Amino acid sequence: MDFADSREESEFRLRLREWLQQNNPGLPASSTADEYWAGQAAWHQALYDAGFFGLSWPTQVGGHGLPSVYEVILDEELTTAGTPPRPSVGYLVQGLLRHGNEDIRRRFLPRLVNGRERWCQGFSEPDAGSDLASLRTRAVRDGSEYVLTGHKVWTSYSDAADWCLVLARTDPDVPTHRGISAFIVPMRQPGIEQRPLQMINGITREFGEVLFEGARVDAANMVGEPGEGWRLAMTVVSHEREPGELGYVARYGKLVNQLVYEVVQEPAVFGPEARRDLAWALVDTEMLRCHVSRRLSDRLDGLSHGPEGSVDKLLMTAAEQAVGHAALAVGGAVHADGDDTWLRVYLYSRAQSVMGGTSQIQRNLIAGRILELPTS
Amino acid sequence: MDVRLSAEQVALRDAAVQVVDRLGVHVVAALEDAERTVKLNAAVSASGWRELRTATDGGSTPWASGVEVALVAEELGRGLADAPFLGATMAADLRRLAGAPPAVATETIAFGEDLGQTAPVANGLVNAKSAAPDAAGAFSALVLVEGPGGCTVGAVALDDPVTGIDLTRPMARVRTPATVTAVEGQSREILPDDIAAWRSLGLAATSADLVGVMRGALALATDYARERKQYGAAIGSFQAVQHLLADSLVAMEGSRSIALHAAWAVDALPGPEALAAASAAKAYCARAARSVCETAIQVHGGIGNTWDCLAHVFLRRALLSTDMLGGVGANLDRVLAARGLGVHDGLR
Repeated sequence: MDFADSREESEFRLRLREWLQQNNPGLPASSTADEYWAGQAAWHQALYDAGFFGLSWPTQVGGHGLPSVYEVILDEELTTAGTPPRPSVGYLVQGLLRHGNEDIRRRFLPRLVNGRERWCQGFSEPDAGSDLASLRTRAVRDGSEYVLTGHKVWTSYSDAADWCLVLARTDPDVPTHRGISAFIVPMRQPGIEQRPLQMINGITREFGEVLFEGARVDAANMVGEPGEGWRLAMTVVSHEREPGELGYVARYGKLVNQLVYEVVQEPAVFGPEARRDLAWALVDTEMLRCHVSRRLSDRLDGLSHGPEGSVDKLLMTAAEQAVGHAALAVGGAVHADGDDTWLRVYLYSRAQSVMGGTSQIQRNLIAGRILELPTS
Repeated sequence: MDVRLSAEQVALRDAAVQVVDRLGVHVVAALEDAERTVKLNAAVSASGWRELRTATDGGSTPWASGVEVALVAEELGRGLADAPFLGATMAADLRRLAGAPPAVATETIAFGEDLGQTAPVANGLVNAKSAAPDAAGAFSALVLVEGPGGCTVGAVALDDPVTGIDLTRPMARVRTPATVTAVEGQSREILPDDIAAWRSLGLAATSADLVGVMRGALALATDYARERKQYGAAIGSFQAVQHLLADSLVAMEGSRSIALHAAWAVDALPGPEALAAASAAKAYCARAARSVCETAIQVHGGIGNTWDCLAHVFLRRALLSTDMLGGVGANLDRVLAARGLGVHDGLR
């Protein structure tokens, strides 16, 4: 039982630290400014090209095949350097690795991992949020292609995406979740309209809705078999719940370090309430770092993840929202000088208990699948 | 990095699980079963768990790390074990740091009135309001005595322990006049970094006890929710109850992760860093444990508010472990201090 680096890990950490000193893109706090999202692709590519992205993924898809705990080292060093976190594409990578055939993995994974192509995820719809299986987007076979009709929403990065992993109904005659298939759809085509959605903190570059009106996708871009879409979706969302996959430890760590810095500069300005909220943000962020270390160590056994992803999601949400509350307490809600960065951090934190499955859905899953409580 | 338990650590934990499952407090009436308490205490004595922090022969390193202490503490907390452990372990560690020989009889630690710090000593006397928790079978308690170059270890005699808030670990008052006598055979002074490391052991061990208490309380409440029927269905099938229990599980798992790190840090990091890790863990675990134990009472409804339901025994144990070396507020202050935002944290 050891949280410390092995010799190899320590060498890796030093190499990474040195690189980060020269290559910090100096972007603003994540999720508070459109400038941040605009700089994401370049950051992803730089991190990859330097050999510091996809550490625990297979080498065949551009990863490094390292033990999963290297991701913790990456998160810790990104935090210390104050760079953006690692790009959150792990859940797509895991979904394609597990459900895609050799052709799909070879054609799409390398450029997803190296950041040359941008992706979004078309799961939720206006009438299919928590009840995802009721989705109504349809894919109808037409020769060697499928034709898509439907409306997706809460689609992160849809404005910049080259590809969208779309869930669509291919068989309306079977029970809801058995008639869904997954497709990798090219975003730049006439049958797709992409509209940005402005989030409550004002940013417009992250969130969008996507309308499919006769969009076409090659049948060879179906991931898995017809009707396997639901299982792929469960793989993707379960990884989307894992802070070890998302790299958010570095995001929270950076924010909390910045908040500490603000208070250290002018300690007399901050009363007991702000200090207490800041202390909880420090504690919750530290908890998440330790928790991710524990989970990624468990993976060294080859242990596959299961319902405990819901526990991780709730812990990650608690950490993000504690950081949000500290941002509000330290930064204040009212800004005579117009700088509302911390207010934006706070407002963005509210999304964490909804995205990737609401906190209420996670509690349902924990009750049924971990605590094994009876169903009503 | 690999934070999985080693084979030896798993074996130690399994041994603790067996003792606790056989001899722990599983119903309130068991607290009155003196024969069981004697057997439990004998099993803990035979296991050598109270000596984990004594020095290896001729050296100053302990037989086992903070992780082993935490593994045992967690299981003892889960099973509401009414045998001394935390106080004796902290006393053994203090003797080790002072280069003194191990105790010949059971000892614990004397704390100030609110248990947040070790008992204040002035003019060779311990403050008369000092108290020693986890005092079953202990005739004396250790205190830190400030000297010119560092601290030394003193001992005070104790009155007979009485049951306090925690029904599983009695508390003793210091016997007045509370004269401090120097512990014999000390070979080094205890420096500030040693004290930070020693406190981190206490905080990590109480955090682990809280994790165990949470696991026990959650299991009790979950079992009850599966059995108790209202409106013709098990109450555990109702979403409102399910979400309370799910939140308890999440709080326990987060606590487990941060407490494990704190236990590792005791011996792996320099004293001040270990103390920062342990303070964060203790604040997190203390908040979580109160909430999990309160939920256990709530899920039991009226029964949960009666003496004969085990839920309050878990809550009471959590309250004592929380107060030892400080609960939420004191440890949040330490967390801030570690980041340059604190009032100076005194030596004690």
